[in-house]
Amino acid sequence: MIPSLFDYKRASSAAEAISLVTEYGEDAKFLAGGHSLLPLMKLRLAAPSVLVDIGRLKDLSYITDAGSYIAIGALTRHMDVETSSIVKQHVPLLACAAGHVGDPQVRHRGTIGGSIAHADSASDLPATTLALGATYVVQGASGTREIAATDFYKGFLESALRPDEMLTEIRVPKMNGAGWSFQKFNRRAQDWAIVGVAAWRGNGGSGVALVNMGSTPVLATDVAIALASGASVADAAELAAAQADPQSDLNASAEYRTHLAKVLVRRALEEASK
Amino acid sequence: MKISVTVNGQTHESDVEPRTLLVQYVREDLGLTGTNIGCDTSSCGACSLHLDGEAVKSCTVLAVQADGSQVTTIEGLATDGKMHPMQEAFMQNHGLQCGFCTPGMVMAAIGLLNENPNPTEDEVRIGLEGNLCRCTGYHNIVQSILACAKGGK
Repeated sequence: MIPSLFDYKRASSAAEAISLVTEYGEDAKFLAGGHSLLPLMKLRLAAPSVLVDIGRLKDLSYITDAGSYIAIGALTRHMDVETSSIVKQHVPLLACAAGHVGDPQVRHRGTIGGSIAHADSASDLPATTLALGATYVVQGASGTREIAATDFYKGFLESALRPDEMLTEIRVPKMNGAGWSFQKFNRRAQDWAIVGVAAWRGNGGSGVALVNMGSTPVLATDVAIALASGASVADAAELAAAQADPQSDLNASAEYRTHLAKVLVRRALEEASK
Repeated sequence: MKISVTVNGQTHESDVEPRTLLVQYVREDLGLTGTNIGCDTSSCGACSLHLDGEAVKSCTVLAVQADGSQVTTIEGLATDGKMHPMQEAFMQNHGLQCGFCTPGMVMAAIGLLNENPNPTEDEVRIGLEGNLCRCTGYHNIVQSILACAKGGK
Protein backbone atom coordinates (compact mmCIF):
# COMPACT_ATOMS: atom_id res chain seq x y z
CA MET A 1 0.00 0.00 0.00
CA ILE A 2 1.40 3.34 -1.07
CA PRO A 3 0.20 6.78 0.07
CA SER A 4 -1.33 9.11 -2.47
CA LEU A 5 0.99 11.73 -3.98
CA PHE A 6 2.26 14.50 -1.76
CA ASP A 7 4.99 17.11 -1.73
CA TYR A 8 7.75 16.59 0.80
CA LYS A 9 9.40 19.50 2.62
CA ARG A 10 12.14 18.97 5.15
CA ALA A 11 12.30 21.58 7.89
CA SER A 12 15.63 22.52 9.44
CA SER A 13 14.12 24.41 12.38
CA ALA A 14 10.82 24.66 14.25
CA ALA A 15 10.33 28.17 12.89
CA GLU A 16 10.81 26.95 9.31
CA ALA A 17 8.38 24.07 9.91
CA ILE A 18 5.72 26.44 11.19
CA SER A 19 6.27 28.83 8.33
CA LEU A 20 5.90 25.94 5.86
CA VAL A 21 2.58 24.75 7.29
CA THR A 22 1.38 28.34 7.45
CA GLU A 23 2.23 28.66 3.77
CA TYR A 24 0.52 25.44 2.71
CA GLY A 25 -2.46 25.67 5.04
CA GLU A 26 -4.69 22.86 6.24
CA ASP A 27 -3.54 20.42 3.55
CA ALA A 28 -0.10 20.27 5.15
CA LYS A 29 0.78 17.88 7.96
CA PHE A 30 3.83 17.56 10.17
CA LEU A 31 5.73 14.28 9.84
CA ALA A 32 7.64 13.26 12.97
CA GLY A 33 8.33 9.53 13.39
CA GLY A 34 5.45 8.78 11.03
CA HIS A 35 4.08 5.86 13.00
CA SER A 36 0.62 7.34 13.40
CA LEU A 37 0.39 9.35 10.17
CA LEU A 38 1.96 7.02 7.58
CA PRO A 39 -0.35 4.05 8.35
CA LEU A 40 -3.36 6.35 7.84
CA MET A 41 -1.87 7.68 4.60
CA LYS A 42 -1.18 4.16 3.31
CA LEU A 43 -4.81 3.25 3.94
CA ARG A 44 -5.76 6.54 2.22
CA LEU A 45 -7.63 7.59 5.34
CA ALA A 46 -5.41 10.67 5.32
CA ALA A 47 -4.14 12.38 2.17
CA PRO A 48 -2.25 15.56 3.05
CA SER A 49 -0.90 17.28 -0.05
CA VAL A 50 2.25 18.43 1.75
CA LEU A 51 4.29 16.67 4.43
CA VAL A 52 6.58 18.88 6.47
CA ASP A 53 9.23 16.56 7.89
CA ILE A 54 10.24 17.68 11.38
CA GLY A 55 11.94 14.38 12.17
CA ARG A 56 15.42 15.86 11.94
CA LEU A 57 14.90 18.65 14.48
CA LYS A 58 17.25 17.11 17.03
CA ASP A 59 16.88 20.11 19.33
CA LEU A 60 13.31 18.96 20.02
CA SER A 61 14.50 15.59 21.32
CA TYR A 62 15.43 15.95 24.98
CA ILE A 63 14.43 15.04 28.52
CA THR A 64 15.29 17.52 31.26
CA ASP A 65 14.54 17.95 34.94
CA ALA A 66 12.88 21.36 35.24
CA GLY A 67 12.34 21.33 39.00
CA SER A 68 8.67 20.59 39.63
CA TYR A 69 8.21 18.87 36.27
CA ILE A 70 10.06 16.88 33.64
CA ALA A 71 10.28 18.58 30.25
CA ILE A 72 10.24 16.25 27.25
CA GLY A 73 10.87 17.50 23.73
CA ALA A 74 8.09 16.57 21.34
CA LEU A 75 10.42 14.61 19.06
CA THR A 76 11.70 12.36 21.83
CA ARG A 77 11.16 8.77 20.75
CA HIS A 78 9.15 6.30 22.83
CA MET A 79 12.29 4.20 23.34
CA ASP A 80 14.11 7.19 24.82
CA VAL A 81 11.21 8.01 27.17
CA GLU A 82 10.93 4.35 28.21
CA THR A 83 14.63 4.01 29.05
CA SER A 84 15.35 7.50 30.43
CA SER A 85 16.68 7.39 34.00
CA ILE A 86 15.13 10.84 34.64
CA VAL A 87 11.68 9.69 33.50
CA LYS A 88 11.98 6.38 35.36
CA GLN A 89 12.91 8.21 38.56
CA HIS A 90 10.41 11.08 38.51
CA VAL A 91 7.50 9.91 36.31
CA PRO A 92 7.75 6.11 36.32
CA LEU A 93 4.15 5.77 35.12
CA LEU A 94 5.09 7.53 31.89
CA ALA A 95 8.21 5.41 31.38
CA CYS A 96 6.10 2.28 31.82
CA ALA A 97 3.38 3.48 29.43
CA ALA A 98 5.96 4.47 26.79
CA GLY A 99 7.27 0.88 26.96
CA HIS A 100 3.78 -0.37 26.10
CA VAL A 101 3.46 1.59 22.87
CA GLY A 102 3.47 -0.71 19.85
CA ASP A 103 6.61 -2.86 19.79
CA PRO A 104 10.37 -2.20 19.87
CA GLN A 105 10.56 -1.30 16.17
CA VAL A 106 7.68 1.15 16.55
CA ARG A 107 9.25 2.65 19.69
CA HIS A 108 12.48 3.27 17.76
CA ARG A 109 10.63 5.61 15.40
CA GLY A 110 7.46 6.91 17.07
CA THR A 111 7.65 10.10 19.14
CA ILE A 112 5.79 11.28 22.24
CA GLY A 113 4.78 14.49 20.51
CA GLY A 114 3.53 12.68 17.44
CA SER A 115 1.42 10.37 19.56
CA ILE A 116 -0.12 13.23 21.53
CA ALA A 117 -0.69 15.50 18.52
CA HIS A 118 -2.40 12.58 16.74
CA ALA A 119 -4.82 12.58 19.71
CA ASP A 120 -5.94 8.98 19.33
CA SER A 121 -7.96 7.93 22.36
CA ALA A 122 -6.73 4.36 21.81
CA SER A 123 -3.08 5.39 22.23
CA ASP A 124 -1.33 4.99 25.54
CA LEU A 125 0.44 8.32 25.96
CA PRO A 126 -2.45 10.79 25.55
CA ALA A 127 -4.32 9.15 28.46
CA THR A 128 -1.16 8.71 30.54
CA THR A 129 -0.11 12.36 30.28
CA LEU A 130 -3.73 13.34 30.97
CA ALA A 131 -3.72 11.28 34.19
CA LEU A 132 -0.45 12.92 35.22
CA GLY A 133 -1.77 16.46 34.73
CA ALA A 134 0.67 17.29 31.94
CA THR A 135 0.87 20.57 30.07
CA TYR A 136 1.67 20.74 26.37
CA VAL A 137 3.71 23.61 24.91
CA VAL A 138 2.82 24.54 21.35
CA GLN A 139 4.46 26.95 18.97
CA GLY A 140 2.66 28.72 16.14
CA ALA A 141 3.03 31.59 13.75
CA SER A 142 1.75 33.96 16.43
CA GLY A 143 3.91 32.66 19.27
CA THR A 144 4.02 30.03 21.98
CA ARG A 145 1.23 28.93 24.31
CA GLU A 146 0.63 26.25 26.89
CA ILE A 147 -2.38 23.94 26.78
CA ALA A 148 -3.35 21.79 29.75
CA ALA A 149 -3.86 18.16 28.79
CA THR A 150 -7.40 18.49 30.19
CA ASP A 151 -8.16 21.15 27.53
CA PHE A 152 -6.31 19.50 24.65
CA TYR A 153 -8.45 16.59 23.43
CA LYS A 154 -11.51 17.79 21.54
CA GLY A 155 -12.84 14.77 19.65
CA PHE A 156 -11.84 11.73 17.61
CA LEU A 157 -8.28 12.54 16.40
CA GLU A 158 -9.04 16.20 17.11
CA SER A 159 -7.05 18.42 19.42
CA ALA A 160 -6.82 22.07 20.40
CA LEU A 161 -3.82 22.46 18.07
CA ARG A 162 -4.44 25.02 15.34
CA PRO A 163 -3.36 24.08 11.80
CA ASP A 164 -0.26 26.29 12.03
CA GLU A 165 0.76 25.10 15.49
CA MET A 166 3.35 22.51 16.39
CA LEU A 167 3.57 20.66 19.70
CA THR A 168 7.10 21.27 20.96
CA GLU A 169 7.29 20.14 24.59
CA ILE A 170 5.44 17.97 27.07
CA ARG A 171 5.70 19.01 30.73
CA VAL A 172 4.89 16.25 33.17
CA PRO A 173 4.68 17.04 36.89
CA LYS A 174 6.96 14.88 39.03
CA MET A 175 5.16 12.09 40.83
CA ASN A 176 7.17 12.57 44.04
CA GLY A 177 7.02 8.90 44.96
CA ALA A 178 3.26 8.44 44.43
CA GLY A 179 2.11 4.88 43.72
CA TRP A 180 1.13 4.14 40.15
CA SER A 181 -0.07 1.48 37.74
CA PHE A 182 -0.51 1.08 34.01
CA GLN A 183 -3.01 -1.53 32.89
CA LYS A 184 -3.39 -2.47 29.25
CA PHE A 185 -5.88 -5.08 28.16
CA ASN A 186 -5.44 -6.37 24.63
CA ARG A 187 -5.86 -9.63 22.80
CA ARG A 188 -2.59 -9.59 20.89
CA ALA A 189 0.90 -8.44 21.77
CA GLN A 190 1.77 -5.00 20.31
CA ASP A 191 -1.91 -4.16 19.72
CA TRP A 192 -3.78 -1.08 20.86
CA ALA A 193 -5.51 -1.40 24.20
CA ILE A 194 -9.10 -2.62 24.10
CA VAL A 195 -9.19 -0.69 27.37
CA GLY A 196 -6.23 0.79 29.21
CA VAL A 197 -5.82 2.59 32.52
CA ALA A 198 -3.10 4.96 33.71
CA ALA A 199 -3.39 5.69 37.42
CA TRP A 200 -1.41 7.20 40.28
CA ARG A 201 -2.21 7.76 43.91
CA GLY A 202 -0.32 9.45 46.74
CA ASN A 203 0.69 12.76 48.32
CA GLY A 204 -2.98 13.45 49.04
CA GLY A 205 -4.19 13.09 45.48
CA SER A 206 -4.86 10.70 42.62
CA GLY A 207 -5.30 10.68 38.89
CA VAL A 208 -6.95 8.07 36.70
CA ALA A 209 -7.30 8.21 32.91
CA LEU A 210 -8.73 5.70 30.48
CA VAL A 211 -7.47 4.53 27.09
CA ASN A 212 -10.00 3.71 24.34
CA MET A 213 -13.11 4.51 26.38
CA GLY A 214 -14.51 7.17 24.07
CA SER A 215 -13.58 9.50 21.24
CA THR A 216 -10.98 11.20 23.46
CA PRO A 217 -8.80 9.95 26.31
CA VAL A 218 -10.97 10.12 29.43
CA LEU A 219 -10.05 11.56 32.82
CA ALA A 220 -12.03 9.54 35.35
CA THR A 221 -12.67 12.47 37.69
CA ASP A 222 -15.43 10.75 39.67
CA VAL A 223 -12.94 8.10 40.76
CA ALA A 224 -10.51 10.71 42.08
CA ILE A 225 -13.32 12.60 43.86
CA ALA A 226 -14.55 9.39 45.50
CA LEU A 227 -11.05 8.48 46.69
CA ALA A 228 -10.57 11.99 48.08
CA SER A 229 -13.75 11.68 50.10
CA GLY A 230 -12.60 8.40 51.60
CA ALA A 231 -14.24 5.79 49.35
CA SER A 232 -12.62 2.37 49.15
CA VAL A 233 -10.71 1.41 46.01
CA ALA A 234 -13.45 -1.08 45.12
CA ASP A 235 -16.21 1.52 45.48
CA ALA A 236 -14.27 4.22 43.64
CA ALA A 237 -13.52 1.81 40.77
CA GLU A 238 -17.26 1.30 40.23
CA LEU A 239 -17.31 4.93 39.01
CA ALA A 240 -14.59 4.26 36.42
CA ALA A 241 -16.79 4.78 33.37
CA ALA A 242 -18.82 7.72 34.70
CA GLN A 243 -17.08 10.17 32.35
CA ALA A 244 -16.64 7.68 29.49
CA ASP A 245 -18.61 7.11 26.32
CA PRO A 246 -17.13 3.89 24.91
CA GLN A 247 -17.77 2.61 21.40
CA SER A 248 -18.63 -0.90 20.32
CA ASP A 249 -16.31 -2.30 17.65
CA LEU A 250 -14.82 -5.57 16.37
CA ASN A 251 -12.89 -6.11 19.59
CA ALA A 252 -15.44 -5.33 22.27
CA SER A 253 -18.94 -4.04 22.94
CA ALA A 254 -19.45 -0.81 24.85
CA GLU A 255 -20.86 -2.85 27.77
CA TYR A 256 -17.77 -5.05 27.87
CA ARG A 257 -15.49 -2.00 27.75
CA THR A 258 -17.39 -0.48 30.66
CA HIS A 259 -16.95 -3.69 32.65
CA LEU A 260 -13.25 -3.82 31.76
CA ALA A 261 -12.75 -0.21 32.82
CA LYS A 262 -14.11 -0.94 36.29
CA VAL A 263 -12.00 -4.07 36.71
CA LEU A 264 -8.82 -2.45 35.39
CA VAL A 265 -9.27 0.73 37.46
CA ARG A 266 -9.71 -1.40 40.57
CA ARG A 267 -6.56 -3.38 39.75
CA ALA A 268 -4.66 -0.21 38.96
CA LEU A 269 -5.68 1.48 42.20
CA GLU A 270 -4.86 -1.62 44.22
CA GLU A 271 -1.40 -1.65 42.71
CA ALA A 272 -0.99 2.12 43.10
CA SER A 273 -2.10 1.96 46.74
CA LYS A 274 0.50 -0.61 47.79
CA MET B 1 13.58 13.75 -4.67
CA LYS B 2 17.27 12.89 -4.60
CA ILE B 3 18.43 10.81 -1.68
CA SER B 4 21.67 9.18 -0.64
CA VAL B 5 21.36 6.01 1.41
CA THR B 6 24.12 3.62 2.43
CA VAL B 7 22.74 0.10 2.27
CA ASN B 8 24.89 -2.80 3.44
CA GLY B 9 27.95 -0.59 3.19
CA GLN B 10 27.30 0.63 -0.33
CA THR B 11 26.11 4.20 -0.92
CA HIS B 12 23.28 4.66 -3.40
CA GLU B 13 22.32 8.00 -4.93
CA SER B 14 18.69 7.66 -5.99
CA ASP B 15 15.81 9.77 -7.20
CA VAL B 16 12.57 8.66 -5.53
CA GLU B 17 9.01 9.85 -5.20
CA PRO B 18 8.48 11.16 -1.66
CA ARG B 19 5.79 8.52 -1.12
CA THR B 20 8.19 5.65 -1.78
CA LEU B 21 8.36 3.40 1.27
CA LEU B 22 11.77 2.30 2.48
CA VAL B 23 10.81 -1.35 1.97
CA GLN B 24 9.75 -0.62 -1.58
CA TYR B 25 13.03 1.25 -2.17
CA VAL B 26 15.26 -1.60 -1.00
CA ARG B 27 13.22 -4.26 -2.79
CA GLU B 28 12.36 -2.59 -6.07
CA ASP B 29 15.01 0.08 -6.60
CA LEU B 30 17.94 -1.83 -5.11
CA GLY B 31 16.73 -5.37 -5.83
CA LEU B 32 17.25 -6.50 -2.24
CA THR B 33 14.21 -8.75 -1.94
CA GLY B 34 15.29 -10.50 1.25
CA THR B 35 13.26 -7.94 3.20
CA ASN B 36 9.67 -9.11 2.91
CA ILE B 37 6.38 -7.23 2.91
CA GLY B 38 3.89 -9.07 5.09
CA CYS B 39 1.00 -7.17 6.61
CA ASP B 40 2.05 -3.78 5.23
CA THR B 41 0.52 -2.16 8.35
CA SER B 42 3.51 -2.15 10.77
CA SER B 43 2.13 -5.15 12.66
CA CYS B 44 3.93 -8.28 11.46
CA GLY B 45 7.59 -7.22 11.38
CA ALA B 46 8.49 -9.13 8.19
CA CYS B 47 9.90 -5.89 6.76
CA SER B 48 12.22 -5.24 9.73
CA LEU B 49 15.65 -3.94 8.84
CA HIS B 50 18.20 -1.79 10.61
CA LEU B 51 18.12 1.97 10.15
CA ASP B 52 21.18 3.60 11.71
CA GLY B 53 21.72 0.46 13.77
CA GLU B 54 18.20 0.00 15.10
CA ALA B 55 15.45 -2.37 14.01
CA VAL B 56 12.56 -0.56 12.33
CA LYS B 57 9.57 -1.58 10.22
CA SER B 58 10.47 -0.41 6.74
CA CYS B 59 6.85 -0.47 5.53
CA THR B 60 6.23 2.52 7.79
CA VAL B 61 9.29 4.60 6.93
CA LEU B 62 9.58 6.74 3.81
CA ALA B 63 12.73 6.34 1.75
CA VAL B 64 13.20 10.12 2.02
CA GLN B 65 13.29 9.75 5.81
CA ALA B 66 16.28 7.44 5.39
CA ASP B 67 18.21 10.01 3.34
CA GLY B 68 21.75 10.17 4.70
CA SER B 69 21.28 7.07 6.84
CA GLN B 70 22.88 3.66 7.13
CA VAL B 71 20.61 0.72 6.33
CA THR B 72 21.37 -2.94 6.93
CA THR B 73 19.18 -5.61 5.38
CA ILE B 74 19.32 -9.39 5.75
CA GLU B 75 21.60 -9.49 2.68
CA GLY B 76 24.16 -7.39 4.55
CA LEU B 77 24.68 -9.76 7.48
CA ALA B 78 26.95 -12.45 6.05
CA THR B 79 30.65 -11.67 5.76
CA ASP B 80 33.00 -13.47 3.39
CA GLY B 81 30.36 -16.07 2.66
CA LYS B 82 29.93 -16.87 6.35
CA MET B 83 26.52 -16.39 7.93
CA HIS B 84 25.99 -13.99 10.82
CA PRO B 85 25.92 -15.84 14.18
CA MET B 86 22.20 -15.13 14.46
CA GLN B 87 21.53 -16.70 11.08
CA GLU B 88 23.69 -19.65 12.13
CA ALA B 89 21.73 -19.96 15.39
CA PHE B 90 18.40 -19.97 13.52
CA MET B 91 19.74 -22.75 11.29
CA GLN B 92 21.15 -24.85 14.14
CA ASN B 93 18.00 -24.51 16.27
CA HIS B 94 15.48 -24.94 13.46
CA GLY B 95 14.21 -21.42 14.09
CA LEU B 96 12.18 -21.32 10.90
CA GLN B 97 9.78 -23.34 8.82
CA CYS B 98 8.42 -21.52 5.78
CA GLY B 99 10.99 -18.74 6.20
CA PHE B 100 8.77 -15.79 5.33
CA CYS B 101 9.11 -14.05 8.69
CA THR B 102 12.76 -15.08 9.09
CA PRO B 103 14.59 -12.05 7.66
CA GLY B 104 12.53 -9.75 9.87
CA MET B 105 12.94 -12.08 12.84
CA VAL B 106 16.71 -12.17 12.43
CA MET B 107 16.96 -8.39 12.10
CA ALA B 108 14.72 -7.86 15.15
CA ALA B 109 16.67 -10.49 17.08
CA ILE B 110 20.03 -8.84 16.36
CA GLY B 111 18.53 -5.51 17.41
CA LEU B 112 17.25 -7.11 20.59
CA LEU B 113 20.68 -8.48 21.55
CA ASN B 114 22.32 -5.15 20.70
CA GLU B 115 20.12 -3.53 23.34
CA ASN B 116 20.09 -6.44 25.79
CA PRO B 117 23.01 -8.86 25.21
CA ASN B 118 21.93 -11.40 27.85
CA PRO B 119 18.14 -11.54 27.80
CA THR B 120 15.99 -13.97 29.74
CA GLU B 121 13.56 -16.14 27.81
CA ASP B 122 10.74 -13.80 28.83
CA GLU B 123 12.67 -10.78 27.62
CA VAL B 124 13.22 -12.46 24.25
CA ARG B 125 9.51 -13.24 23.92
CA ILE B 126 8.51 -9.69 24.85
CA GLY B 127 11.26 -8.27 22.64
CA LEU B 128 9.79 -10.13 19.67
CA GLU B 129 6.29 -8.73 20.16
CA GLY B 130 6.61 -6.83 16.89
CA ASN B 131 7.29 -9.93 14.77
CA LEU B 132 4.70 -12.52 13.84
CA CYS B 133 5.44 -16.12 12.83
CA ARG B 134 2.60 -18.33 11.68
CA CYS B 135 4.56 -21.61 11.57
CA THR B 136 6.78 -22.23 14.53
CA GLY B 137 4.83 -21.21 17.59
CA TYR B 138 7.94 -19.14 18.34
CA HIS B 139 9.60 -21.79 20.52
CA ASN B 140 12.58 -22.48 18.29
CA ILE B 141 12.94 -18.83 17.36
CA VAL B 142 13.30 -18.00 21.05
CA GLN B 143 15.75 -20.90 21.49
CA SER B 144 17.78 -19.65 18.51
CA ILE B 145 18.12 -16.17 20.00
CA LEU B 146 19.01 -17.50 23.44
CA ALA B 147 21.62 -19.80 21.84
CA CYS B 148 23.09 -16.87 19.93
CA ALA B 149 23.24 -14.78 23.12
CA LYS B 150 24.87 -17.65 24.98
CA GLY B 151 27.43 -17.93 22.24
CA GLY B 152 28.49 -14.42 23.21
CA LYS B 153 28.13 -13.20 19.70
